[in-house]
Amino acid sequence: MIKRPFFCLRAPRLKYPAKNSYQKEDITEIKLPDTITLLVERSGSDNGEIDLSNVKQVATGQKITLSGDNLDYFISTATGSIMEVCAFAGYMGKRYTSITIKTEVKDQWDDAFKKIGDTISAESALGFLRSLPGETDLSRLFDAGKPLNSIVINGVDNDLLVTTNQAVITLAREDLALGVQYLKQITQVNDVFLMIHSGAASGAYGIKAEIKTIDPIYPNAAPHLFMKKCLGRIIPAGMDSRDMGVGFINAEAVAALGRAFQKKEFPIHKILTIIHKDGSTTHARARIGTPIKHVLAAFNIEVRHGDQIILGGPMRGTFAYSEDMPVQWNTDAVMVQDGGQITPCEDTPCINCGECVRVCPAKIPVNMLVRLLENGRYEEGAEEYDLLSCIECGLCSYVCTARIPIFHYIMLGKYELGRIKKAEETNA
Amino acid sequence: MLNQKLLIGSHAPFWHDQSGISTKNYHIMLAAIPAVLFGIYQYGISALGVMALSISCAMLWELLMNYLMKRPITILDGNAAVIGLLFGMLIPASSPWWMVLVGTFVAVVIGKIIFGGIGCNPFHPTLVAVAILMLSWQSLFDFDEALANYELGFTMIYPLGAVKAFGTSVLEYYPLTGLLMGQQSGGIGTTFGLGLIIGGIYLILRGFIRWEISISFLAGIFATALLFNAADPERYAGPMFHILTGYTLLAAFFLLTEDSSSPVNVIPMLLYGFMAGILTILIRNIGFFVDGVVFAVLMLNIANPLLDKVRPKALGKGIEYA
Repeated sequence: MIKRPFFCLRAPRLKYPAKNSYQKEDITEIKLPDTITLLVERSGSDNGEIDLSNVKQVATGQKITLSGDNLDYFISTATGSIMEVCAFAGYMGKRYTSITIKTEVKDQWDDAFKKIGDTISAESALGFLRSLPGETDLSRLFDAGKPLNSIVINGVDNDLLVTTNQAVITLAREDLALGVQYLKQITQVNDVFLMIHSGAASGAYGIKAEIKTIDPIYPNAAPHLFMKKCLGRIIPAGMDSRDMGVGFINAEAVAALGRAFQKKEFPIHKILTIIHKDGSTTHARARIGTPIKHVLAAFNIEVRHGDQIILGGPMRGTFAYSEDMPVQWNTDAVMVQDGGQITPCEDTPCINCGECVRVCPAKIPVNMLVRLLENGRYEEGAEEYDLLSCIECGLCSYVCTARIPIFHYIMLGKYELGRIKKAEETNA
Repeated sequence: MLNQKLLIGSHAPFWHDQSGISTKNYHIMLAAIPAVLFGIYQYGISALGVMALSISCAMLWELLMNYLMKRPITILDGNAAVIGLLFGMLIPASSPWWMVLVGTFVAVVIGKIIFGGIGCNPFHPTLVAVAILMLSWQSLFDFDEALANYELGFTMIYPLGAVKAFGTSVLEYYPLTGLLMGQQSGGIGTTFGLGLIIGGIYLILRGFIRWEISISFLAGIFATALLFNAADPERYAGPMFHILTGYTLLAAFFLLTEDSSSPVNVIPMLLYGFMAGILTILIRNIGFFVDGVVFAVLMLNIANPLLDKVRPKALGKGIEYA
């Protein structure tokens, strides 16, 4: 944990980690566990409960359609039999179907993707590669109402301590170069940027994308700040980069795309940054769906009563309430925090010290906003105090002297505003 | 079930920079120690008595209110102690016990608790108390009268009062180095300029107070006093005299910078400090009161919410994308 420095004349500057050399041996291979769990995000109105009783046995890479919609499917990342299917509710009201598969040691590969793998097109990509390691839903880039004009490949990672994408750039440069080529082909977009860390610029040659180096200060890799600082375009409050025709995708997903089309093999592994209790990091390569306890056991990390497991990094991750939570497509990191290191929130009112206002990269008057959010006045917060300008970096909570969970309030506010908007649309 | 391993679940971020309200308040008290120790050294045991009574009374009032209002006990956050400490620093060493008792009651209960406790007070609690006492018992804050029995080897006439009454001819009795080193009468913790400056610099460097407010306040004092001095050098003292006398330095580093009654954006902070400086000198030079700091700061406390409306445009605000 990075603490407040002794001299503190300006807002803290937290640096993204930089490491120039990654070796293949540094990445620990996690063995295939007995069971894996796939979380499939559902967009429909159902609560995620589906009937898969007709499917008993699945092969690795087998596509299983969940409803009539061609995009509503999942691909098994292991061979075995389906044990359990249930609904699962996630962060910010997301609904998932959780599918638990009892695995067999030997993979039986399904050859449907092999057959289609020669035609590199948007259809084949969306038909099989909708979920890629590092990208849960590739179809975000293909929204018909929002034509793309450029794509930014994120090679920096979205959080502190996490170096998954940096490792991919160094270790899978050929795959990444191919992936960029295929990405241009399937999206018909020629303006492709590669965002990299100014301390790790050496690893990106041979990739046919315009290199953009960022000052490695958190949260400069956030889409809103990257667009402002490197592309000179400001995203209006409440919108995201897709509304401006700019798609962001992780380097790992692009590399997986390149490898998938080249080898005609569906990607089933995810690179993880493991953040140990002492803050040191290592890398692992695990099958998508591996329960976290298997990953932690491989590193001899003991999780005790009262510790915290985090999927993602220290600033923007989400907590896992159980060690059985699986590695998902977008799980860039697994962090274990010792119970003694957790700083509990307090219910003191804001003392107006202004630390949050100084640290906010979006210049939001957080001190005023949090007063409204604490009282549930979300719409007022959005109109008068720029709730929707928030780029979700979490720095306000990090520096809060009164230890108010400001970031939590902000996300709650955004979620509630989304619900209000939805209700208004359905009632209109 | 009892042996089941349970994990903590909380929202991001999972890191915190480990700052806290109590740390902040304890450091503010630490920064005040040079000035307070000097005051105790100068005025002896009675000053120690006033300081101790003031801090403990302020904490007891808050504790009592916590019990009466059935609220969590908040005295450990150090805020009540800081209020008591500052109140003790502002009053003369010979203050009677009942004045401290009433003053801390007004400061903690009327200045802070009734507005909702820490973070909700629109004014600096200590200054509310000082202002009310000043208007109710004017003689208590007449330092010449209060400190009449002290003979400390320098001019014991309150410098601001002397200049107000006799013009700049009295300045020869107040050399600037003497004022800096505490050779002047005044409140227990307000006379030792050097100590206050050291404490203030410490707080600024450690980031516990916002330097914009302190510096702009001193700049406001300096500029306004300079103009008055240039206009009539026989009536109005120069800027350095005003900076080193009265409550100026204590206000710059301890009173104006109180969190909840001061703005947080840069331009408002500069305006807030500068305007408080101007107002202080206006009250001192052409107003009724000898020292204008108390009322100048309270006036600017009122203006704080309005000043803080001047703020930078948030990212993406007011931009339409076609």
